[in-house]
Amino acid sequence: MNLDRLVAMVNDISAFFAGESGPDAPAAVANHLRRFWEPRMRAEIVAAYRNNPGALKNLSEVGRNAVAELAKTA
Amino acid sequence: MFAKGYHDLGTPAPPVTGRVVTLEIDGTSVTVPDGTSVMRAAAVASRDIPKLCATDSLKAFGSCRLCLVEIDGRRGFPASCTTLVAEGMKVRTESPKLTELRRNVMELYVSDHPLDCVTCPANGQCELQDMAERLDITSTRYGLAGSNHHHGEVDKSNPYFQFDQSLCIVCSRCVRACDEVQGTFALTIQGRGFHSQVVASAHEPFVDSECVSCGQCVETCPTGALVEKSVIHIGAAERATKTTCAYCGVGCSFEVEMKGDQVVRMAPDRDGHANHGHACVKGRFAFGYATHRDRVIKPMVRATIADPWREVTWEEAIDRTAREFKRLRDKYGADAIGGITSSRCTNEETFLVQKLVRAAFGTNNVDTCARVCHSPTGYGLKSTIGESAGTQAFDSVEKADAIIVVGANPTEAHPVFASRLKQRLRQGARLIVIDPRTIGLVRSPHIAADVHLQLRPGTNVAVINALSHVVVTEGLTRDDYVRDRCEADSYAKWKKFIAEPRNSPEATESITGVPAALVRGAARLYASVPNGAIYYGLGVTEHSQGTTMVMGIANLAMATGNLGREGVGVSPLRGQNNVQGSCDMGSFPHEFSGYRHVSDDAVRGAFEAKWGVGLKAEPGLRIPNMFDAALDGTFKGLYVQGEDIAQSDPNTHHVTEALSAMECVVVQDLFLNETAKYAHIFLPGSSFLEKDGTFTNAERRIGRVRKVMEPRTGFQDWEVTVLIANALGYPMRYRHPSEIMDEIASLTPTFAGVNYEKLDRLGSVQWPCNDKAPEGTPTMHVETFVRGKGRFFVTEYVPTTEHTTAEYPLLLTTGRILSQYNVGAQTRRTDNVIWASEDLLEIHPHDADVRGIKDGDWVGITSRVGSTVLRAEVTDRIQMGVVYTTFHFPESGANVVTTENSDWATNCPEYKVTAVEAIRVVHPSEWRARHESSLRHTTTA
Repeated sequence: MNLDRLVAMVNDISAFFAGESGPDAPAAVANHLRRFWEPRMRAEIVAAYRNNPGALKNLSEVGRNAVAELAKTA
Repeated sequence: MFAKGYHDLGTPAPPVTGRVVTLEIDGTSVTVPDGTSVMRAAAVASRDIPKLCATDSLKAFGSCRLCLVEIDGRRGFPASCTTLVAEGMKVRTESPKLTELRRNVMELYVSDHPLDCVTCPANGQCELQDMAERLDITSTRYGLAGSNHHHGEVDKSNPYFQFDQSLCIVCSRCVRACDEVQGTFALTIQGRGFHSQVVASAHEPFVDSECVSCGQCVETCPTGALVEKSVIHIGAAERATKTTCAYCGVGCSFEVEMKGDQVVRMAPDRDGHANHGHACVKGRFAFGYATHRDRVIKPMVRATIADPWREVTWEEAIDRTAREFKRLRDKYGADAIGGITSSRCTNEETFLVQKLVRAAFGTNNVDTCARVCHSPTGYGLKSTIGESAGTQAFDSVEKADAIIVVGANPTEAHPVFASRLKQRLRQGARLIVIDPRTIGLVRSPHIAADVHLQLRPGTNVAVINALSHVVVTEGLTRDDYVRDRCEADSYAKWKKFIAEPRNSPEATESITGVPAALVRGAARLYASVPNGAIYYGLGVTEHSQGTTMVMGIANLAMATGNLGREGVGVSPLRGQNNVQGSCDMGSFPHEFSGYRHVSDDAVRGAFEAKWGVGLKAEPGLRIPNMFDAALDGTFKGLYVQGEDIAQSDPNTHHVTEALSAMECVVVQDLFLNETAKYAHIFLPGSSFLEKDGTFTNAERRIGRVRKVMEPRTGFQDWEVTVLIANALGYPMRYRHPSEIMDEIASLTPTFAGVNYEKLDRLGSVQWPCNDKAPEGTPTMHVETFVRGKGRFFVTEYVPTTEHTTAEYPLLLTTGRILSQYNVGAQTRRTDNVIWASEDLLEIHPHDADVRGIKDGDWVGITSRVGSTVLRAEVTDRIQMGVVYTTFHFPESGANVVTTENSDWATNCPEYKVTAVEAIRVVHPSEWRARHESSLRHTTTA
C-alpha cells in the first residue's frame, strides 16, 4: 500500500476527530481505523510506526497518537 | 394516451380533509371525500361521464363541454369537472337533453378531424374516437367541406414523438401537463378561435424549443396528435407489464407496453408511488440501449488484455472464471481477490454478489459504486440519527414550507422529483439553493429561489456551520424538540462550538464567498417556517469533508426540529437507480445487509448459520484501497458487475494502472465498457427489461422489476452469479429472485416483512418493513430517532488540500445533465445524444476572456494528476474562478484530471474540487486520440 496515501488518510480522519473528540481523538481515530480499514492497511502503517518512523513524518500529532494506540493492540 | 387499461377519474383527488360527502348519482348513493368533483365521484361509482379536456392528473379546465350533467335544483347543465359534490346532491349523468348537447359538441369536433381512424396511430386508444362511438356519432350536420385543419403541419423534430396538428382538438391538456405536472411551461395555445393551435415556445420545432421531452404532453393527449414514434412504427401494444425504471434514484414506476418481444413504449404508472404518472426523457424514451447493436450477448475471454477477445460458451466462461479465482485464492490468499456490486443491478443480484465474495471467495473485499457517490450519506446519517438513508417519502415535499436544495441539481439529475418540488414551490413554498452554479432551480418559469448561496467549491461545511451559527445565536433552535429527542451532552458541545464567532456568516464569508447577509437570511427562513426540508446530492458528498457536511445537515435539521414528520427531513437524492439498495444489501466491505458491522458476532453468526460457512470479522478493502493494493502487488483478481470504474472513478491513470496490474479482471456488463478494456473475461449482462428483481429508490421504496422479454444472453445476471458460485464449489440453489428476497428478509431486520407477494399486492413498500411496520415506513424517526437519541457532531471546517495556485488557478467541479446518465453507457446509445453528444467545459465569460477562449473552442484542462481537452461553453451559470463539466462521455476523460483526494470517513472521491488551469488549444487531447484509437482496435477473434 502507498504509505503516503495512508498517512494522508489518517490525517484527514484525525482532523475530524480532533474537533469532535478533543483529548479522546486518538482513541476515536484508532477505533475508526479498526472498523473501516482492512487489516493490511492497518498493519502497514503500524509497521512503519514501529520500524520506519521517519516515513510517518507527515503524520499529524493526533494521527501519530492514534497509530500508537493501534500498535498496542496490533 | 394513457397506460393501457388505465381508468381515468377525470379530475385529481381533493386534498385530504377527513370529511366525506354523500350524494346521489343516477339514483345510486355515492360517498366521496369533500372537495371531489362530480365527474370524479361519478367515475368512482363506475358512471364515467363523457369528457375530453379532463384527466385526473390535471386541474379541471371546463372547456370541452362534454361532461355536462343535470343537478336537481340547479339551473342549466353544469360541467361535472368543475362542479364539486355537495351533501344530498342529486346528479343525472344521462338524459335525452344531455345526449343532444354532447352530440352537438362532438359533431363540431368531428367536423374538423380526419376520419381515417383505422390508419391513425391512436386507433383504439383515442378518447375522441371513444366519445364519438359512445355518442353514436356517425356523421356531422356541418359536413366536412368547410375550413379545417386537416393539412396542419406535422412536427417530427423530436426523436421520440411527433405532433400532428391535424389531429389536435386544442383541448389544452398538453399545455396544462407541461405547466402543472412538468413545470417547464414550454407549450402554449397560439391564436384565437379557429386559428388556435398548440405551439412549442415561440412556435419553434419541438426539439429546438424549451421542451425537455418529458413526454407528459404525449401521455395526456386524448387523440393521436402527440404520439410516440415507436407507436407509429411498431403499432399498438398487445400487453403491458409494470416495472421500475433503471435510470436515476427517483425509481419511477412504468407500464412497459409490448408487442411481441418489442417495447412499444414506456408508459408512466399513474399509480406509481414515486412518480404518480410522471416520467422524464430518460425513463420514458431512452430504452433503446437494451437492444442496441453494441450489446455483447456472448461471453468472451482472452489471455491478456492485449489480446483480441474470443467468444466462448457460457460453460467455458464460467469454468474459466471459477478456475481463475480459485487459482488466485490458492496462490495469494482469499484477500487477494474481491468484487464490486452494481447500483444498476437489482437488490437480489447485488445481495448475491456480496454473498459470493464473502462466502465463496472467502473475503470481505466487496464494495459498490456508492463508494464514489453517497457513502458519506451512509456514515453521516447513521452516526447522527441512526439509519443510513433519507428520512422522507417524495410525497413529503408537498408539506414543506421552506426547502434547502444543496449540492443537487434535481431538474437535470432527478427530473421527476424536480417537477414535484416545483409544483410545491409554485404553491408558495420558499427555496434556498446552495450551489456554486446557477442551477435551473435558481430561476426558471414561475420559480425563483428566495436565496442562492453561491459558495466556492469545497466550502460546504463552512456554509452549513454558518447557517447553524445563525440558528443558535439568534435563538431559532427548537430546544424543546432537542431536549426530548437528542443527546444533551452532544448538543451542548455542538452548540458551544457552533456559536463561536469563527463560525459566523461574517467570519466565513471570506472562505465561502457568500455574503453574510444572504446566509443570515437563509438560516432565518429555514428555521422560521413550520416545515423546513433539506434535499441534497453529490455536491454534498463528493468532498474531502463529505461526511462532515452530511453530519452538519443533520445537526441543522435536529436543532430546528425538522425531522420525524412529513414536510421536513434530510433527503439524499441518490444518483443511480439502486444506489440505496446496493448499500442496503451489504455491499460495503465493513458491513452486512442492513448496515451491520462484520465484527458483530451475533450478526455474523446469523449469516454464517444461514450460509453454512465461516465469515471474516475484519473489514475488507474499499474500491480505492483495492487499486492501491493492486499496485502494491497484494490484490490480484476482481469481479465487476455492472459498473465502469475505469470511467467513473477518479484519476483514471491510477485506476487503469491498478486494473492492468491484476491477473484476472472479470467484467459483467451490457457493453464492452472502459473497464472491459482491462478485463480477461467478459460476461454479458442482462438489461432491466430482461430480469426479475427489485430496486430501492432514494426514498427507501422497494419496487418490483419485472421481466418483459427473455434475456438476450440466455441468463439474468443473478443466474450468472449462481453459476459462478456453484463452479467455485459453493452451492447456490435459487430458482427465482423471490427466493433471494426471502433470504434477504430472513437476515435483515429492516427487510423482515418484504416479500414478492406483498410487493405485488401493495405496488411498493418503503423499508423498514417488518412486524412494527408491516406495510413499510414512509417517514422515519417519527417518535424517536432510530439510534435512540439524536447525536450532534462537531463539524469543524477543514479546507481541502486541493487548493488553487498560480499554476492551477481554477477549481473544476462536475455534475450531470438531463439527457445523459452517469457514464453514459446507456444514454449514449439512444437518441438522447441529439441533446448532448459530448461533455462541455463551462467557463465564466471573464475567465474565458482573459484566456482568449471563445464558445466552442477546444480547451486544455490540466490538473495535478492529468490533462484532457474539452469544448468550451462560455456561460455565467458558473462563477468566476470555477469551471464545470460532466463525465458522460469516455472520450472526454473528465476523470483523467480528478484526483484521489477523498472523504475522510469513507474515501468517497472529491470529484467536486479539482484545481486546474484551462488554456485554449487547437487539437483534442492525447487522451481522446488514444481512446478513439482503442475503439478502432477493440476486436474479437
